[in-house]
Amino acid sequence: MVSFILKRIVQSALVLLITGAIAFSMFSFVGDPIDNMLGQERTMEDVERLRAQLGLDQPVPVQYVKFLKEAAHGNFGVSYRQGREVSEIIMERAPATLELAAVSALLAVVFGISLGVFTAIRRHGFTANLIMSASLIGVSLPTFLIGILLIYLFSVELGWLPSFGRGEVVQIGNWSTGFLTESGRKALILPAITLGLYQMTLIMRLVRSEMLEVLRQDYIRFARARGLSDRVINFRHALKNTMVPVITIIGLQLGAIIAFAIITETVFQWPGLGLLFINAIQFVDIPVMAAYLMMISVMFVVINLVVDILYAMIDPRLRVSAK
Amino acid sequence: MKKTSTILAIAALMSSTAVVNAETLRWARAGDALTLDPHAQNEGPTHTVRHQMYEPLIIRDVTGAFVPTLATDWAPDPENPNVWVFNLREGVKFHDGADFTAEDVVFSFERAKQPNSDMKELINSIVEVRAVGDYQVELETNGPNPILPSNLTNLFMMDKGWSEANDTVNVQDFEGGEITYATTNVNGTGAYRLVSREPDVKTVMVRNEEYWGRDEFPLEVSEIIYTPIQNAATRVAALLSGEVNFLQDMPVQDLARVDSADGLMVKQAPQNRVIFFGMNQGADDLEADNVDGKNPLADVRVRKAMSMAINRDAIRQVVMRGQSQPAGMIAPPFVNGWTADMDGESSTDVEAAKAMMAEAGYGDGFSIRLDCPNDRYINDEAICQAAVGMLGQIGITVNLDAIPKAQHFPKITEGKTDFYMLGWGVPTYDSEYIFNFLVHGRESDIGTWNGTGFDNDDLDAKIESLASNTDLDARNADIASIWRVVQDEQLYIPIHHQVLNWGMSDNVGTEVDAEDQPRVKYFTMK
Amino acid sequence: MTDQPLVPDTKAAPSRLRRALDSDLFYAFRRSPVAMISSAVAVGLILMAVFAPFFAVTNPFDPASLNLMNGFTPPMEPNAFTGETFFMGTDDQGRDVYSTILYGMRISLFVGFSAVLFAVVLGIILGLLAGYYGGWADSFIMRAADVQLTFPAILVAMLIFGIAKGITPVEHRDQMAIWVLILAIGLSDWVQFARVVRGATLVEKNKDYVSAARLIGRGSSLIMIRHILPNILSPVLVIATISLALAIIAEATLSFLGVGAPPTQPSLGTLIRVGQGYLFSGEWWILFFPACTLLALALSVNLLGDWLRDALNPRLK
Repeated sequence: MVSFILKRIVQSALVLLITGAIAFSMFSFVGDPIDNMLGQERTMEDVERLRAQLGLDQPVPVQYVKFLKEAAHGNFGVSYRQGREVSEIIMERAPATLELAAVSALLAVVFGISLGVFTAIRRHGFTANLIMSASLIGVSLPTFLIGILLIYLFSVELGWLPSFGRGEVVQIGNWSTGFLTESGRKALILPAITLGLYQMTLIMRLVRSEMLEVLRQDYIRFARARGLSDRVINFRHALKNTMVPVITIIGLQLGAIIAFAIITETVFQWPGLGLLFINAIQFVDIPVMAAYLMMISVMFVVINLVVDILYAMIDPRLRVSAK
Repeated sequence: MKKTSTILAIAALMSSTAVVNAETLRWARAGDALTLDPHAQNEGPTHTVRHQMYEPLIIRDVTGAFVPTLATDWAPDPENPNVWVFNLREGVKFHDGADFTAEDVVFSFERAKQPNSDMKELINSIVEVRAVGDYQVELETNGPNPILPSNLTNLFMMDKGWSEANDTVNVQDFEGGEITYATTNVNGTGAYRLVSREPDVKTVMVRNEEYWGRDEFPLEVSEIIYTPIQNAATRVAALLSGEVNFLQDMPVQDLARVDSADGLMVKQAPQNRVIFFGMNQGADDLEADNVDGKNPLADVRVRKAMSMAINRDAIRQVVMRGQSQPAGMIAPPFVNGWTADMDGESSTDVEAAKAMMAEAGYGDGFSIRLDCPNDRYINDEAICQAAVGMLGQIGITVNLDAIPKAQHFPKITEGKTDFYMLGWGVPTYDSEYIFNFLVHGRESDIGTWNGTGFDNDDLDAKIESLASNTDLDARNADIASIWRVVQDEQLYIPIHHQVLNWGMSDNVGTEVDAEDQPRVKYFTMK
Repeated sequence: MTDQPLVPDTKAAPSRLRRALDSDLFYAFRRSPVAMISSAVAVGLILMAVFAPFFAVTNPFDPASLNLMNGFTPPMEPNAFTGETFFMGTDDQGRDVYSTILYGMRISLFVGFSAVLFAVVLGIILGLLAGYYGGWADSFIMRAADVQLTFPAILVAMLIFGIAKGITPVEHRDQMAIWVLILAIGLSDWVQFARVVRGATLVEKNKDYVSAARLIGRGSSLIMIRHILPNILSPVLVIATISLALAIIAEATLSFLGVGAPPTQPSLGTLIRVGQGYLFSGEWWILFFPACTLLALALSVNLLGDWLRDALNPRLK
């Protein structure tokens, strides 16, 4: 067991090294930050001075090793664009993305599970089929278009909800939250729907198919034969047994939500990590890009690791097959 | 933010007691200021934010004329042609209450000349700045410099005492990632004080009730909330839904919608910026074409034919929706040296262009790559796309590579493109600025944006002599003769001069500034 | 279709087509209006895209044939300058929207099919290897799958795009975009195929027929291809169908982030990205028609995939 976990941790570290290397290798190809930083009026001496100052004159592997060393200390360097510590910027932007992701995930889970159960129980019903078809429309349009259509409808035409930003935020220690003000809560609605729609559909369909699977198991038939009410069967027995795979998927989708926030944040000018990343790409802000990618891979690897370890603890068979 | 809201509350309290009206300007545009340090970056949107809080000695008004600001008047010293004398405004106070004096001017110029300063190129002719009493300074240059005042309109004045007390005597090393007190704090003489700032998210300013010009300017905006919004559709939506009441960087297709919306209007003015294509005529063979062993762009007939293939009226009507003025030279009309005749020299004639191509030996055409930015100029990518079609009609097959500006501009400065789009604004309002960057042969500190490979030593000498030529008539004659060469060589293919559009609610009153620099102290709020 | 002649050799089993037509699947298909309608829509759109030059009015990919003055012509109205009329109007470059959609759909479908094909081939090969051989091959491949899952699809695509841009010669940039999209989408998609194939292979390889084949001395690759592969094709088909819809949407999303097909040769996604800029200005047709086409295409493929999943799952009957 311990050796399994150790092995997994070593593997995860390896994964991080590789993904980090891939991510970093990209940066030597994406344009030149110097021109952005110096503007139109600069001389060749300025360029050379700055290049040396930033370490850009060194070979890529050297830059990467340096980056890894620093990153291990939580030091990602300084943003070329903002002239501030990357770690500081990321700390500042993280709450916006995490709050958005949390609300989206909550929407996706609540609506996904309840609609999934509904469509499974009323498998042949008209409403259930309508929901199933409608949910497909949601995943048959690109996210950015859904966001812009929502803005058009709810901000421009109806004037109900804000089209951009987080509204008024309240600072609690290092955390800025939009939950405590009305404008903050209002600003969350459209982006959260845009971001959560896809995961909601995914969860709904998963719950439905798992539920259908469980409902035809023998023990449910026996329960029915014993005369238990539908409600008890559906919720006490069937739903409970569909939850294991659903929770796994939700765990893995959490990371996907944060990654897909890139698009939602761009559309809604949501001041989070995704917008930071897109800005960084446009301005060839290598430290920010590197830090973001490393952060995302750390997050995914940790989630994977935790899931694996939990499984190993629950299911001893997996320990064997994982060798 | 809690801190913000308390300060806001105090600010609101202050403004409600001091002045009758409390009007908020909710202002959005595509990008944010890079830093607040007055001398660390020479960049448009960065200057825009600073201009509300800091002031230079002189500014330009919307027509481009000089307006006395912290200097009341200025003139060359009659005895020494190398010296400019500036008289300073009296009774001006910084936001922290300190007096503005000649000592602060000397300090600010010295600061702006530091190696980390991004403004140093504009004042590198200045050798010494001397205080003469509290309210006069003398600027001595290394030779007569007739156009020095033109270079000072974005050079902001800081308080010497505040800078020393807060350890910001040195300019922030922006590229090295240094952060100083001045990066995030402001102590200017301007009409607005900084309340809070989150880069790329929001900057809040309130009216400076102690402002020296409070009786001279409308100063009707009591609070400014500045938010960058990148996505064009979202930006327009914010204006249409009333979340912002002043918008820069308006997409041209939405002008009509905004203008016709209830309570909104669009104002426009010609911008100090010209858009054009550059062609690499200097190389023996091009990397991005399909002709081996020779360079089609080296033939002036090919360059002329390409210019004649571009239908500037169609671009104006369809791509720009009338929001441009077709150009025949690469100087905006504001600039000394611009003439209506030369600006009318481009014409469209596809048949004649084809004939010229045949005459040059390219009757069957050739293929070439066009490098184009997609996030810098108004509809840049669409203009390039239209040019692809138009050049196709004279047999030139153009492959378009449209990329973000951060990746596009290095191609030009490093000579990695043979055919490219570029736009140029002229903050000094003088042709010398254009020649120095775009016409002079490329060297380490001059001609850095000349990607054409054009290098004419006689012309270079003439360009260099402009800087210290005090005989303005002779200087203008030289400028005209340099332009003649540029035109005859078809060094560039001019497309158009941009037209600026600002969207605003009906109650916001302002004229559009040719350099895209709104100054909120001039705004009225009905 | 049903009058397809039988294979002359009567000793052999009925032809594959005959078997297919007699199958439960086809029976279920004819009983399901959703399946029939959505496959009709999908096949119709695909045919129009494949034969775009026949259906299109103009060739929007030939820039020299465009007249910029035709730009922004509303549907069914003559253009103010040129007097030309277009059934779905024209876009910002004066391209006929209808023709551009057909050509754009061709690119979207090419990217979608190629990406899925790439993912399927890669996934099947790796899944078979992992499942059949087990041991370190299995560990290695499944760990690689974990790495792949570590990076969300859009990040993978942006990474590949950035690297490809740096290493491809400038002359080939135009064509590069499409191949990069295929590689990026395909690469982020192979894991699910590999996992399904591996799981099925683990089950199949211990069955008697495989042991029998092994006993008579058939080689491993032959066993995998001839015996195991046919038995795992139905789950692969289901996933592939849904992946196709996802790939088409992914292409559109990447185009919004600026890493899609070039504007001179737009895909459906690029058309939608360009069109969304005209949502407020009243030129609705530039967005509306491409968006509806994308919706019809993705929805019909999704519905088909959905139906396939239910139809091929014997337990849900």
